[in-house]
Amino acid sequence: MTSETLLTVDDFSVVYDVDPPVEAVRHVSLALQRGEILGLAGESGCGKTTLAYGIQRLLKPPAVITSGRAVFHDESGEDIDINALDADAMRAFRWDKVSMVFQGAMNALNPVASIGRQLEDVFLTHRPSMGRAERREECAGLLDLVGVGRERMRSYPHELSGGMRQRVMIAMAMALRPQLMIMDEPTTALDVLVQREILEQISDLRSKLGFSVIFITHDLPLLLEISDRIAVMKDGVIVELASALDIYSDAQHEYTRRLLSSFPSLTGERGDFIRGSESTPTTTEAAL
Amino acid sequence: MRFLLRRLAFYAFTAWAAITINFFLPRMMKGDPITAYLQKHQSEFNPEAIDSLRTLFGLDSDASLLQQYLDYWRLLFSGDLGRSFSKGLAPVTEVIASALPWTLGLVGVATILSFLIGTGVGAFIGWRRGSRADYVVPFATFFSTVPYFWMGLIVIAIFSTRLGWFPASHAYDKGSSPEWSWDFIGQVIAHGTLPALTIVFASLGGWVLGMRNMMITVLDEDYVTVAEAKGLAPQRVMTRYAARNAVLPQLSSFALALGFIVGGTLVMELVFSYPGVGKLLLDATNAKDWPLMQGLFLVITLAVLVANILADIAHAMLDPRTRMMES
Ligand SMILES: Nc1ncnc2c1ncn2[C@@H]1O[C@H](COP(=O)(O)OP(=O)(O)O)[C@@H](O)[C@H]1O
Ligand SMILES: [Mg+2]
Repeated sequence: MTSETLLTVDDFSVVYDVDPPVEAVRHVSLALQRGEILGLAGESGCGKTTLAYGIQRLLKPPAVITSGRAVFHDESGEDIDINALDADAMRAFRWDKVSMVFQGAMNALNPVASIGRQLEDVFLTHRPSMGRAERREECAGLLDLVGVGRERMRSYPHELSGGMRQRVMIAMAMALRPQLMIMDEPTTALDVLVQREILEQISDLRSKLGFSVIFITHDLPLLLEISDRIAVMKDGVIVELASALDIYSDAQHEYTRRLLSSFPSLTGERGDFIRGSESTPTTTEAAL
Repeated sequence: MRFLLRRLAFYAFTAWAAITINFFLPRMMKGDPITAYLQKHQSEFNPEAIDSLRTLFGLDSDASLLQQYLDYWRLLFSGDLGRSFSKGLAPVTEVIASALPWTLGLVGVATILSFLIGTGVGAFIGWRRGSRADYVVPFATFFSTVPYFWMGLIVIAIFSTRLGWFPASHAYDKGSSPEWSWDFIGQVIAHGTLPALTIVFASLGGWVLGMRNMMITVLDEDYVTVAEAKGLAPQRVMTRYAARNAVLPQLSSFALALGFIVGGTLVMELVFSYPGVGKLLLDATNAKDWPLMQGLFLVITLAVLVANILADIAHAMLDPRTRMMES
């Protein structure tokens, strides 16, 4: 299972066509394994969000994809070239195969709709044959799963804390049991404690449900804890891609070493925090 | 619920203040136009009508101020706003009641139509920003800057004088009188078309531009991107996510527009000789018909108040964050 490739990104480039043009993503190639957590690290503005949006084809002008493609290897055996999908096929693909948790938990939910409605929207669109009662039950179950609780179905976003909202977003991202979840700084806006809880939750759910994750953050130490492999990005280029263990103990690129040393909190006692007893193919914690 | 009660208390207070000011205003005015008029036309009034006019205009200074104030409220509650000098001493309430439905009906319908159409069009061209739909914008701007009376005269010249499609003035044909018959309703619609059209055209641009700009702001919000990433159909993203949020700031302008319906349509009523409240106010001012003026001011003030209450209710229904203020 784990050696199977889920997503292949090949020579992917994105330019913001402004004056002067910004080459936000430059010739990025990577392959994501099924069931893997791939960390994407790099400081603010290096192009992480642009790459994630580009893969999902969510970019809007002035962004232009100037080269490359992203191919999704569906569990059915079909290879889907995401850039080649027409508008309808693209909409059907989104969220069903690849879902996303967005940066900025505060504004990701529609302020005038209850969170139950926003969860239901996903099923209404992608599972139109589902009955109303079944749909409700499914949404309630999702809220239970992420620890928000089904009694919050009728709450509005402003009635929830930042951590709760991000959990709702995670519930929403899991709704259709996608094979890949892209998480763009899902915990950056939250305080440390809540951040911990949510990370544990993501790890937990992933081991239960077996989806792959591309986890984006500028926080490299955090990635060391949760990722199987880590890609380090600088100015739109992936400068290093290696297992978390190798990144930690044997970083090849000078920029990776600089990123590592810029977090003084890097001590030996992390690691067992998130992973715990969960068995994963690469045992990062052994080294930490 | 507590939120609603607090708002209600606020509006009750505002209404009370407006009415109380209306009570004190004539008592503070220098000069006394009423007494002179009463003396000249004494024979035409019955004693009761004279009494109520004296209360309304503060000529009953033999009674204590509190007594005057209580009498004033008693008059209001019995619907007695005095007699109109310029309308054959008809009760002011009746004079206003005969003009109010025309204004409310015509301008109300036109204002609501304009809001709905303008907001819809604005939402659409905002959604399609950068496409050919943007050509609507200069037209909308142009129409919203054309002076209203000029547009009215042009419309009359084209559709009434030249083409003869619609009558140019009055609310119904000369010689008929208001009644519930299809024929009369048809007349009202024919006579109302041109004024309503001009009101819609003059105000449409504002709604279109306001909604379009709000839409463009909202389209940059994260929740719209999330909705798109969820693979929702474009119509659903446009209506439930973008427009639903973009319309909220429009509501306050809409309340303002509704408030102006009663008092703010003088130009339309002049251009089209329409028998509404604006025209009545002008007539009253020209004829120095004080009781009618006082009554009209009261009605106009209350209309603005009612419009604000409606806007508040709409806001509470459409925006859950407003409802939270109760806690
Ligand atoms: N709409 C835009 N127009 C022009 N430049 C942009 C736009 N969005 C992002 N950029 C630029 O692209 C680069 C990458 O941005 P982003 O992908 O958001 O980085 P990250 O997510 O790593 O912080 C940055 O230099 C940013 O300034
Ligand atoms: Mg980012």
